[in-house]
Order: sequence, then C-alpha cells, then structure tokens
Amino acid sequence: MVNGTHKLNIISNQIVRVGTDAAIEQGKAKTNLDVFSNTLQELAQHDRDIIVVTSDSRGSGKLAPFGQKYPAQHIEVGIAEQNLVGVAAGLASCGKKVFAVSPACFLTARALEQIKNDVAYSDNPVNLVGISAGVSYGALGSTHHSLHDFAVLRAINNLIVVAPADNYETEQAIKLAAKTKLPVYLRFGKKIMQPLKDVNDDEFVFGKGRVITKGNDVAIIATGETVYPSLEAAKKLKGQGIEATVVSMHTIKPLDTPLLAELANACKTIVTVEEHSVYGGLGEACASYLMQNGISKPFRIIGIPDEYTVTGSQQDIYNHYGINEKGIAAIVLELLK
Amino acid sequence: MTAKELTKKSIEYRKNILKYIFYANAGHTGGSLSCIDILNVLYNHTMNVGPENFTSPDRDRYIQSKGHSVEALFVVLADKGFFPESDLNTLCKYKSHYIGHPTKKVNGVEQNTGALGHGLPISVGTALAAKLDNKKYRVFTLLGDGELPEGSNWEAALTAAHYKLDNLCAIIDHNKLQITGTTEEVCNTNPIDAKFESFGWAVRHVDGHDFNKLKDTFDSIPFAAGKPNLVIAHTVKGKGISYMENVIKWHHGVPSEKQYEEAVAELDNAMITIPDDF
Repeated sequence: MVNGTHKLNIISNQIVRVGTDAAIEQGKAKTNLDVFSNTLQELAQHDRDIIVVTSDSRGSGKLAPFGQKYPAQHIEVGIAEQNLVGVAAGLASCGKKVFAVSPACFLTARALEQIKNDVAYSDNPVNLVGISAGVSYGALGSTHHSLHDFAVLRAINNLIVVAPADNYETEQAIKLAAKTKLPVYLRFGKKIMQPLKDVNDDEFVFGKGRVITKGNDVAIIATGETVYPSLEAAKKLKGQGIEATVVSMHTIKPLDTPLLAELANACKTIVTVEEHSVYGGLGEACASYLMQNGISKPFRIIGIPDEYTVTGSQQDIYNHYGINEKGIAAIVLELLK
Repeated sequence: MTAKELTKKSIEYRKNILKYIFYANAGHTGGSLSCIDILNVLYNHTMNVGPENFTSPDRDRYIQSKGHSVEALFVVLADKGFFPESDLNTLCKYKSHYIGHPTKKVNGVEQNTGALGHGLPISVGTALAAKLDNKKYRVFTLLGDGELPEGSNWEAALTAAHYKLDNLCAIIDHNKLQITGTTEEVCNTNPIDAKFESFGWAVRHVDGHDFNKLKDTFDSIPFAAGKPNLVIAHTVKGKGISYMENVIKWHHGVPSEKQYEEAVAELDNAMITIPDDF
C-alpha cells in the first residue's frame, strides 16, 4: 500500500475529495480513458463492426490493449487528423460503429472541416472521441488545450456533444454512442473520475442532465471534470447553510432545457462551470436559453477567460481561474449576497 | 456498351449539362465537360451500381471529390434512372435538393462533397470497410487536379497504400486548369505520377476522352496487387464546345442564350458525324 498511499497523496493534492475515498482506495475509480478502453473491448467482443481509428493516439488513448486484442478492428492512420475523420466517415457510411480517437485540441480544430462536412452534414455516424480535452495537458501549453471545442461543435448541426463526469457516465456514453445512429462527440480528460454518487440509480440518456444533489439556493450546472469540484463547493456551502443543486450537464448539445427551466424556477441563482472558454460553451448555452425565455436570475459563467491561458498543471490552471471548491463557492456567495 | 454508344451518350450528357446550367444560370461548366466521359464509362461500363442495387452493401461506390462538377454527376444519375431527369429543372432553386454540390438527398449520391480534399479520405474509409468485411466492391473517386495541393489528399494517399487498398481507384480529372490559372502556375503538382508512385500507388495515364482506353484502363484494376490505383485522366476543360475548350472563364461561366444555342448546334453536329470505326 506504500505505492497506493503515495498515489493517493498525489491525487488528493490535485483534486479535493469528498466521501469517495473508499472508491479510490479500492481501485475502483478510473480515468475516462481506462473506462473507454475497457468498454470498447467489451463491445468489440460481441460486435465486429466496432472499429477504433487512431492517429498515433492509441497510447494516449489507452487503446493499446484494444489494438492487441482486436487488431482487425483497429485502424491506425498516423498523425493525420483530417484523414482520421475522413476515413472514419467512410467506414461509418458502410455500417461500421466507428470511434475516431485523437487529442481534442487537434481533432476539433485541425479536422473541424471533416467533422462539419464528412460527419455531421453527411450523416455519417462517427463517434468522435476528443481525449485529454480542456486543459488536461496542462503545462504542455495552449497548442494542446481545447477550450474552443464546445463552441465550434455547438454551432454544427447534427452533432451530439457529451462530456461525461464519472466512470458511470463514461461507460454509458460509450455504449450509447455505439448504438446511436447520429454523430457524437465525446470529450474526455485525463483525470481519475471519482463517482458522483455512492449509489447510482440514474438513467443515462443523451440530452438529460443528471442531478447529483438537490437544493434551492443555487443551481451549479457543470460538465465533465468540473462537476466534481462543483460538488465539493456544494458541500462547503452546505456547511454555511446554503443548499445547492449540482447537475452534471454531460450533454452540452442538445441541452436539457426543461431541466434548466426547472432549476431556474426552483433556485435563487445559477452558476455554470466548465473547462472551456467562457465564450460559446455550456454557460453561454444556458444563458441563451434563459434570456430568450424571459428567465432572469443572478447568473455567472465559470470557465477559462478570454486571455492567454496561465501556464501550469491542469490543477494549477483550475486554481488560477477559481475552478475549484473555493472559487466556485465564492462566486455562489457573491451572487447570493 | 460500345465506344460508339458511349460517344452518343456523352453528347447527350453534354447537352443536358449545358441545358441545366443554362436554366439554373449557375454551374461549373468547364469541369463538368472535362469529366463527363469518365463518369459515362464508370456508370455505363465499369461499375456495378444502379438504382436497383443502390442500397446493397455490395455495390461499387462512386464518390466525387471535385463536387463542384455536380452537373456531370446529376445528368448521369438521371440517365441511370436514379430520379426523373425533369427534377433537374429545379437545379439551384429554392428548397431543391439539386444544389451546386453532391448531397445524399439526391438518390444515387454516395457522399456529400464540395469542400476539396475530402473525397479521397472518405473513399479510403469506404475501401477499408470492404477489406474488413471481405467484400468485393470497388471504390472510385474523382479528384480535380486543382485540389491536389489539399494536404488531406496526401494523408489519405499514405493510408491507402499502408492498408494495400487495391480496391480503391482514384481518378484525377487532369484538365490542367483551375479557377485562377493553369494548375502549373497556381501550384505545380507535377509530376503527379511519380509522387503517387513514391507513395506506393500503381499509376496509369489515359486519354480521359477516349472511351476504349478508359474502358480498358478501368477493366485492368487492380493495376498491381496490393496497391491502390490512380488513373491520371488527361482531359480538356470545356471539352466538346469549341469556344469553351481550355478557356479559364468557363470554370463556372454560364453561356448566354446565343452561346447556348451555338453549343447545342455544335453537339448536334457531333452527333450526326460520329465515325463508325471504333
């Protein structure tokens, strides 16, 4: 357990923990990519139409075991993202259930035209998997960050945009994507994703937000890796008598607007949290809906501001921009004043 | 179909291309006229595809990367019976599916194209699917020579060779002109054959207006076992209409009524002077 304890310390330095330590200690909580790799192997075992296409990303996508086990179901195109998406579209047009895997920064910028034309416009149901998304690559810098992907992909018709927040959501999202006849973008980070609930009985559906805690003072609507710090903030606020609803809005598009309306009705304030530019992401999607429906509440978007992103690890960047327990709680308190 | 029959068809196709471009007052005239003989041979001789088997997973695929020459594709698909030719009266009209680039909303179209450099990667994926499923269908894709500088073509060229896609045939409509000037002036991609050969492709040159040679070339696919096929079809932009041939402005020029009548007269004359000795 020496190694395990050491790992735990590192994890606890990077992310603040609530009530899920048991899961980590038992080795249950995994990264999205581990879940991705395992789930794909499970699916491929019974379905030879499951195809993974990588752009020299099998290592970073943790897909080496998949490639070894199912070599005939793994296509490698080398570092060529445009080709990755074009080839994936061709495979999908022939009935293959394709997962095209590449770091989100490259996939959704360099291959954006292929995503727009060959996948979305052409109705080729490719599952685009953007790995190490947001600022997961930390100190590698802005070339490797994807803070634009929600914004650009939201503006493309016929694309489901999903950022799962724990192992359960990730597994469900992958299985659903494999079945769905529509193009899907799955956005994964690199962190170990701790369970959002001790006992989970939620049904996972694209376009339906997952309510994690309930409270009427503030609705904290978060997505992907920022859901966990939002839960932390909610716990901290509870100690101060403030009751928060925390939602994992895993589907950015189509947005769960009925849930949003319900939250706006029930809660005094709304805060959104995302590992994305404050422009064009979850926050602005929520703001747009609320404003166009005449719903006015104290509202704040927490994300990465429009500036040269501060350098450092993912957690350094989170801390710098207040995407953490303290930062999120402070914004809530300010809005409730 | 004999070369003489194909010749007649191409004259009819050219008349229809011009007719619908003239009606729509829009279209890519020169490039449609340069590639029409290739499409004629593919659809009437080479490929196993038609309205009767279009939903079959075993059909041959045609993906037009140079999507702007859509009028050529539409008139051939109409002739094959994918849709009534009269549909083309709506070309480029409000709410018509017959727009300025191929879309799958038109029966017979395999992929939505239009942005250049997209057809080859999609065709590689389509040909890969055949290999994975041990299917015998072939994938044909038509590229313009002007779109070769798009880097995605070269990415896909590598993948095609890497996966030994000898069921893939890319055809370059090598009319040597693009919207700004000659392909050589704009961005010299010569020698195209040596480039593709060095990428691991088997390459053939053919006169893109010679029906017998086009038939023979496509009949000999795969040119080499385990290698993707490239056909460099030497064509003339605006082919068949004297005043359009090799004139850049006809890239997307639309004929006036007088020019249209003159073009039809030239094609009518070609029809009655088809030689017998094919």
